[in-house]
Amino acid sequence: MNPQRLPYGYLAAVALLLVAPTLVYPVLLMKIMCFAVFACAFNLLLGYTGLLSFGHAAFLGSAAYLTGHALKVWELPTLAGLVIGTLGAGALGWVVGTLAIRRQGIYFAMSTLALAQLMFFIFLQSEFTGGEDGLQSVPRGSLFGISLSSDTTLYYLVLAVSVSAFWLIHRSIHSPFGQILKAIRENEARAISLGYDVNKYKLLAFVLSAAVSGLAGALKTLVFTFATLSDAHWHTSGEVVLMTLLGGVGTVFGPVVGAAVIVTLQNELADKVGSMVTVIMGFIFAACVMAFRRGLVGEIIALYKRMIGEKVQ
Amino acid sequence: MSGHNPTAAGSAPEFILETSGLVKEFRGFVAVNGVDLKIRKGHIHALIGPNGAGKTTCFNLLTKFLEPTRGSIHFKGVDITREAPQKIARMGVIRSFQISAVFPHLTVRENIRIALQRRLGTSFHFWKTERSLDKLDDKAMEILALVGLETYARMVAVELPYGRKRALEIATTLALEPEMMLLDEPTQGMGHEDVDKVTQLIKKVSENRTILMVEHNMKVVSGICDAITVLARGSILAQGDYASVSTNPAVIEAYMGTEAAHQATGGH
Repeated sequence: MNPQRLPYGYLAAVALLLVAPTLVYPVLLMKIMCFAVFACAFNLLLGYTGLLSFGHAAFLGSAAYLTGHALKVWELPTLAGLVIGTLGAGALGWVVGTLAIRRQGIYFAMSTLALAQLMFFIFLQSEFTGGEDGLQSVPRGSLFGISLSSDTTLYYLVLAVSVSAFWLIHRSIHSPFGQILKAIRENEARAISLGYDVNKYKLLAFVLSAAVSGLAGALKTLVFTFATLSDAHWHTSGEVVLMTLLGGVGTVFGPVVGAAVIVTLQNELADKVGSMVTVIMGFIFAACVMAFRRGLVGEIIALYKRMIGEKVQ
Repeated sequence: MSGHNPTAAGSAPEFILETSGLVKEFRGFVAVNGVDLKIRKGHIHALIGPNGAGKTTCFNLLTKFLEPTRGSIHFKGVDITREAPQKIARMGVIRSFQISAVFPHLTVRENIRIALQRRLGTSFHFWKTERSLDKLDDKAMEILALVGLETYARMVAVELPYGRKRALEIATTLALEPEMMLLDEPTQGMGHEDVDKVTQLIKKVSENRTILMVEHNMKVVSGICDAITVLARGSILAQGDYASVSTNPAVIEAYMGTEAAHQATGGH
């Protein structure tokens, strides 16, 4: 990757996003951004630490409920609601992470799934979540005296928060901490033998990922003004895996592309093919795994490298 | 070689690493059985033995990648029997692995930087830019120059030829300035030329430190090792310098069978 050229690409993307709501329905864009943040957070674990969590919906869902509850019942300001959702998901991430990182590989994934299912059951049974009905009509509130009830106004808040979250993930990947994460992904035993307490690094990565996933869930509640069980359902945990793999696991921008493609497809196809959309997603997943494993962005980077004559592993 | 003794004359022999009665059982199978290993400070000490003798298990016990069933391990007089592997590493005992242990998709220089950056104390700082690690580059290049890899600095480690990977691995270990290095078959699977290079490298880096290595290549062992411990079926068969170990009938028997042992010692 050419490090000098990257910021311009990002600036162009942000500029495009600034004018996008005049062209595209802002709620769709906001949904894409929420899932893009979610997938980026997930990618920090899978792509840069080598940990496959299969329970990330628990963090998205718990933050969605927490923020909803804070805004609706406690009547807190919007910003406080977002913070509570994020911190709550981070705290849950600490608990789940502490338990799950004692195990490796598939057992790690299974532990996260089991704990996420446990959370799902709690959300289903608890009263504050509204059970099967979900938490409805959450007020969006206002920020600095500006009401967020208009989709366009909210769009710019979601954009600002998403860009910040993306920057945080990007920075974490390219930080001294990120270097150690890569070392753990590449060769865990060697990282230990160099004196690194790998479980502490994994735990911090897990908590960061959970907190940012929570931020995505909190934003999602603001956008749709409700939080439902589907946010915490294991389907959502699977979807984020699909988004990350389709876009390109271990690439900075891949999960954003993956989230955009999947959310747009779901949106466009939902009223045309109904429940067939699940089958289509399945085909996309299979095609991705079999034909282009690096994902969309991963393949483009590989192609670019081949064109400039660099070796591709 | 046997005359090489870094400790002051007259003082008690100084052992940097000592084990007593070390035992490792795997569900009833005893892989290491009552090993008393004493490694003198400043030595290059070889651990040899036929396949399945328990050399690698022994190594894993010493570096705490495995928990011993019984027995104790002391490093510089401190009991380390129940410490975590990363703690052992921070005390200055750094190991290598049988299969080359590099970080394959990082560049050669980044591999070294991973080892160096722990001392900066910023390894948990996820908000800092990785450019804050650039100050380690000079030191990294210095270490790479030591093992003759400076021209490969920007290459991704996976693309290095096998011998160079082992050199990079030793360089990464060196970056931590360990008091003691444990090398698991450093010349395994190498051609003659690479074996010589790595042997010379080990000799070169053994200055001011202690090295324990598992090694099959007797040419390497006889060439640079000060002391040898022979393991067979989990127990120590013989200990001493190359001359005494290589003529020990029990050792010859373990390696070549009874017949050969009779022939080899028949002339004495």
